[in-house]
Amino acid sequence: MFFKKNFQIGVDIGSTAAKAIVLDEDGAILYKAVIPTGWSSVGAAKELREDMERSGIDVTETRVVATGYGRVSVPYASKTVTEISCHAQGVFRLLGRDCTVVDIGGQDTKVISLSNGRVAGFLMNDKCAAGTGRFLEIMANTLAVDLLGLFALAERGGGVTISAMCAVFAESEVIGLIGSGRAKEDIAFAICESIVTRVAALCGKQGRGREFFLSGGLYESEYLRKRLSERLQAPVTTDPLARWAGALGAAILAGRLD
Amino acid sequence: MHDIEALFEAMRNAIPAGPVKIKEAVDSGKKVVGCYCAFTPYEVIRAAGAIPVSLCSTSDKPIAAGEEHLPRNLCPLIKSSYGFALTDTCPYFHFCDMVIGETTCDGKKKMYELLDRLRPTHVMQLPQTYFGVDALNVWQAEIESLARKLETALGVTITEDDLSREIKRRNEERRVMEDFYELSKLNPPLLSGQELHLVNEFFKISFGDPRALDMIRELRTKLQENWEAGERRVSAGKQRIVVTGCPTGKSLEKVFSAIEENGGVIVAFENCGGIKPNYEMVNEALPPYEALAVKYLGIPCSCMSPNPKRLDLLETLVDEYKANGVVDIILQACHTYNVESFLVRERITAQGGKGVSYISVETDYSQNDVEQLSTRMGAFMEMIA
Ligand code: SF4
Ligand code: SF4
Repeated sequence: MFFKKNFQIGVDIGSTAAKAIVLDEDGAILYKAVIPTGWSSVGAAKELREDMERSGIDVTETRVVATGYGRVSVPYASKTVTEISCHAQGVFRLLGRDCTVVDIGGQDTKVISLSNGRVAGFLMNDKCAAGTGRFLEIMANTLAVDLLGLFALAERGGGVTISAMCAVFAESEVIGLIGSGRAKEDIAFAICESIVTRVAALCGKQGRGREFFLSGGLYESEYLRKRLSERLQAPVTTDPLARWAGALGAAILAGRLD
Repeated sequence: MHDIEALFEAMRNAIPAGPVKIKEAVDSGKKVVGCYCAFTPYEVIRAAGAIPVSLCSTSDKPIAAGEEHLPRNLCPLIKSSYGFALTDTCPYFHFCDMVIGETTCDGKKKMYELLDRLRPTHVMQLPQTYFGVDALNVWQAEIESLARKLETALGVTITEDDLSREIKRRNEERRVMEDFYELSKLNPPLLSGQELHLVNEFFKISFGDPRALDMIRELRTKLQENWEAGERRVSAGKQRIVVTGCPTGKSLEKVFSAIEENGGVIVAFENCGGIKPNYEMVNEALPPYEALAVKYLGIPCSCMSPNPKRLDLLETLVDEYKANGVVDIILQACHTYNVESFLVRERITAQGGKGVSYISVETDYSQNDVEQLSTRMGAFMEMIA
């Protein structure tokens, strides 16, 4: 690959994964990468840069927009934009029409409604971890499965609910359920339902949407999308590039820098 | 050009020196009455010859101590107020002879029952509506019995003349602040929201001192003259924000900086600590107790049900200050403001034709959501832009 000045780079340093996208002058995706953020966003940004350089992309000669919670840790970015605006841009490109974006991130869950491809309103969950990807991770850990494993289990379970609105209390409820001998499947089901309920409440607050898009790392779980869709009474679509939506949006916005 | 920084600096330094002034007053035989809320009629306390002071309630520090007696899931303002009193770390509480509370929200009125053990606490029974003559009569009677209470407690008599004099004085103070707020109507505003907040905090510890009021007037004149001479303290093109919700204070400065570091400028604070308690004057033509009752009962706090005056006030502020956005700050576990935020969002976005956007943030006094606040405010400004 050879470098060109009119490439556009988007770097998205999330709390669990760091992603990069490079677009060529026609807006086609030339390069994409995802790595775990690990303990250092600076380190992750550097690693992405080195990988891009190995692929022949000179970041110093290219317009770069950084986003994500570690956006300030990308020294080679010429601008930072919040993940809200970037997700909106990215999803609009992927879907080609307005929708409500749901992103269950490691730190927070966001619901963003689009109107003519622009952010018309958004909500983020408040400080508590309940309703975020972090909550699911903690719960999956407690059940000794990974995230996709958790959803696979949940699909075969039912009949239990957990009530807690706080991640810490929810964990102790789950431990109680394990102690009382409930099947893993049922507990996984309860965990999924609790996140679906919280996300649906957030969506409800943002105002009824006609179509939803599941963005971010959890897009892979068809079961989660199915449950969300049932609860929201609206289609929940996604895209194989959903994980990169933030980075893609950042790259698109990089094209608007002069 | 006038040196504006020096004036701000003087105000900044006056705030930590507030307790010294109160100590000096106490040493010279003055009585001090502690207050927590905008419903407390300062005029009556002053007519009794005492100094009303606003007690500390906006720091994270004493919350852990407060939680030894209070439940954790209570609004930080209440836990902080009580924690300050319990640990004797609020100098104003330390020096006050008695405290006045009101039955505003549930958490506060129940906290006052405990606070009474630490300092005599007189609780005024606040009606939960500003509609109807019954509520007004109750509130007027409460103000009158506060006056009787102060008379016995402090060994003084309060005459109607005393009250009328204090009403005039307090109205004048309100007018000074109103005039000052006008500066933010210009585009760009003459000062940042963080500077405006500093002036509000300074006003809070001015204790009716005419020299302090003169400083605010002087700042206003100098800012105006500098503006006319071409100084722009706030750059053009910022998103103009009205802040509303729970009372402002030290620990919420994190929200103000998140707004102003991400492309916004706060043009007005609707909250207590800003415009809400002071935009209406006490009617000097009415008999004093009635006038005070009308004025104070009319404060558009979310404890009132229903509370259309707050929505009207906000709408007026959005218009007058040509705001593009409203940021509603909700303290965790403050049910009244939290529930009311639905109506605020509805009213503000109904003004959407004028391009006004709304966001609410729920937070507490800890500083660990600074990053998240920055993302939220950043995204909000990107959305408006
Ligand atoms: S918001 Fe309401 S309860 Fe709180 S200080 Fe203001 S008037 Fe009092
Ligand atoms: S912020 Fe809300 S909960 Fe806290 S004291 Fe004021 S009205 Fe009560």
